[in-house]
Amino acid sequence: MSSPPRAQTEDPYLALQSTDEFQELRRKFRGFVFPMTGFFLAWYFVYVLLSIFAPGFMGTRAFGSVTIGLLLGLGQFVTTFAITFIYARWANREFDPLADRLGARLDEITEA
Amino acid sequence: MITFSAALLPAADAATQVGSPMLNIAIFGAFVVGTLAIVIKVASGRKTAGEFYTGGAAFTGRQNGIAIAGDYLSAASFLGIAGAIALQGYDGFLYSIGFLVAWLVALLLVAELLRNTGRFTMADVLSYRLKQRPVRIATATSVIAVSFFYLLAQMAGAGGLVSLLLGVSGETAQNIVIAIVGGVMIAYVLIGGMKGTTWVQIIKAVLLIAGTAIITAWVLAKFGFNPSGLFQAAADNSPEAGEKLFEPGLKYGKSLTTKIDFISLSMALVLGTAGLPHVLQRFYTVPTSKAARRSVEWAIWLIGGFYLLTLVVGYGAAALVGPDVINAAPGKANAAAPLLAFELGGSVLLGVISGIAFATILAVVAGLTITTSATFAHDLYREVFRRGKIEEGAEVRVARIAAIVIGIVAIVGGIFAKSQNIAFLVALAFAVAASANLPTILYSLFWKKFNTRGALFSIYGGLISSIVLIIFSPVVSGKAPLVEGGPSPSMITNPAIDFSIFPLDNPGLISIPLAFFLGWLGSVTSNEHNPQKYAEMEVRSLTGHGVAEAVHH
Repeated sequence: MSSPPRAQTEDPYLALQSTDEFQELRRKFRGFVFPMTGFFLAWYFVYVLLSIFAPGFMGTRAFGSVTIGLLLGLGQFVTTFAITFIYARWANREFDPLADRLGARLDEITEA
Repeated sequence: MITFSAALLPAADAATQVGSPMLNIAIFGAFVVGTLAIVIKVASGRKTAGEFYTGGAAFTGRQNGIAIAGDYLSAASFLGIAGAIALQGYDGFLYSIGFLVAWLVALLLVAELLRNTGRFTMADVLSYRLKQRPVRIATATSVIAVSFFYLLAQMAGAGGLVSLLLGVSGETAQNIVIAIVGGVMIAYVLIGGMKGTTWVQIIKAVLLIAGTAIITAWVLAKFGFNPSGLFQAAADNSPEAGEKLFEPGLKYGKSLTTKIDFISLSMALVLGTAGLPHVLQRFYTVPTSKAARRSVEWAIWLIGGFYLLTLVVGYGAAALVGPDVINAAPGKANAAAPLLAFELGGSVLLGVISGIAFATILAVVAGLTITTSATFAHDLYREVFRRGKIEEGAEVRVARIAAIVIGIVAIVGGIFAKSQNIAFLVALAFAVAASANLPTILYSLFWKKFNTRGALFSIYGGLISSIVLIIFSPVVSGKAPLVEGGPSPSMITNPAIDFSIFPLDNPGLISIPLAFFLGWLGSVTSNEHNPQKYAEMEVRSLTGHGVAEAVHH
């Protein structure tokens, strides 16, 4: 992200956007949610493709009448719950304090 | 969801009936009276636009999360998925997973940023840095299209559900029930606005999840809390499918086309949820992005938990009721859960489950109506026709009139559609949402170079391509009849009329990548770029700056 020309820096949003702290916040957020999104989408479509194109493997009994496909399907629930938990904890602990601090700084500027 | 209305339709002429229709009607009536009383108590009276569209953004994350579950778990999820698992085992389960995983898109990419940058509608976010009028018109078009498809499917489903659960099979009687459902829904929306509707969804979600949990515990207790034993009993009781119930393929494994079709459907499900307007609208009913995050957290736990329960209910229905009885019942697959309830707890439990199924349709339809009326009044009337120069009272009046009109359209549409095979409409709603809405939302929130032309290309391209592909697909015409010389299972039941040149039932595989591509193409061929507005959008979206003033504005 290039820094804006001097003349425009009176705009509080442009000014804040070009600060290192904001760029750090942005990097932090994208650095978390993009790989996580890539992971869950890839894992979901691997599961779908296995179910569709490898029914024999997915139908193999793991134990009793429980198949590998069912276990992997339940695995989708587990990862969805886990990602929800991990993201919420990360956002509450790591992201919010930083975001709140920047938001408060902007409040001061815009109210002044 | 797809199997829902299709399977319900034969119900109209079937006469078999279990349980007590009077008891079912009484329980449903008690729900309507009870919820209307609550709506009048908590939410009647004059409203500002913010109160009408978003309940004043005053819900807590937990309340909103429960309401999201209430909005999302339609009768189709409850009856349709349980039935699909009972008859098709693994493939029914596979289908339910897409509906859950989709919520991670909302959690990670959409909910919080949307809450931080908008007030009332999805178009608020897009028009932040794009040209207001064309973008609002485009977004309103796709919002109305998605909501209309979804609404029609729900209303037609209501007609089928009636004959299944209330023993009402006459044409006129079904029409009357559809009109009653529409009328009650309009009453919720007019009296209670978003606040009242939200409470209806919360109550419904609690009843639905509690009812399903009771059935689940009951089924598991019968099998000594041994799921493997339950699965085995389901296979033993399914002479045709047998152990194939545990393996993929019963529904989607028939041919290469059905396999690719399922991939297409999976894409639409997983990317469509975070583009459904009535889902997006719910993120505006909470005050902050933190509450929006909390909402989605709750929604994921509840929706995920619910689909796990459905797995037991589905296999339980196969084991205790059996596919022959289910297939012979009015409503076929959709009768699986009600029949299981009857098997376990007799008329009373069946009555409770039937009442919950009705409550479900009411709550979902009311949520759709609020969202669509907000789009009419806020995006089209206020911002486009009146260019923002309008008194708040007038805007709310327009929203109320829009809600009545939408209600009437839903009733009339439901009556006409009830004997049509419109099962594909829910899948189409997801596909259009994933094609026309989601790419634009994501580009708008994350891509600096995105601009008005990109948005218009993507929205109209996604909308038109998905609808055109559907029209030329086998769901509209040309599916081979199930029996020699019989009617085609397509919407046009005359097998002689066949213009299906696109082989897939679901357009997502083509239309979603196309919409992303068009969004990129439109943006790079236009040099519109407003760094100041982008900075404002990005800073607000991540820091939540200005959300409070937007709410009290």
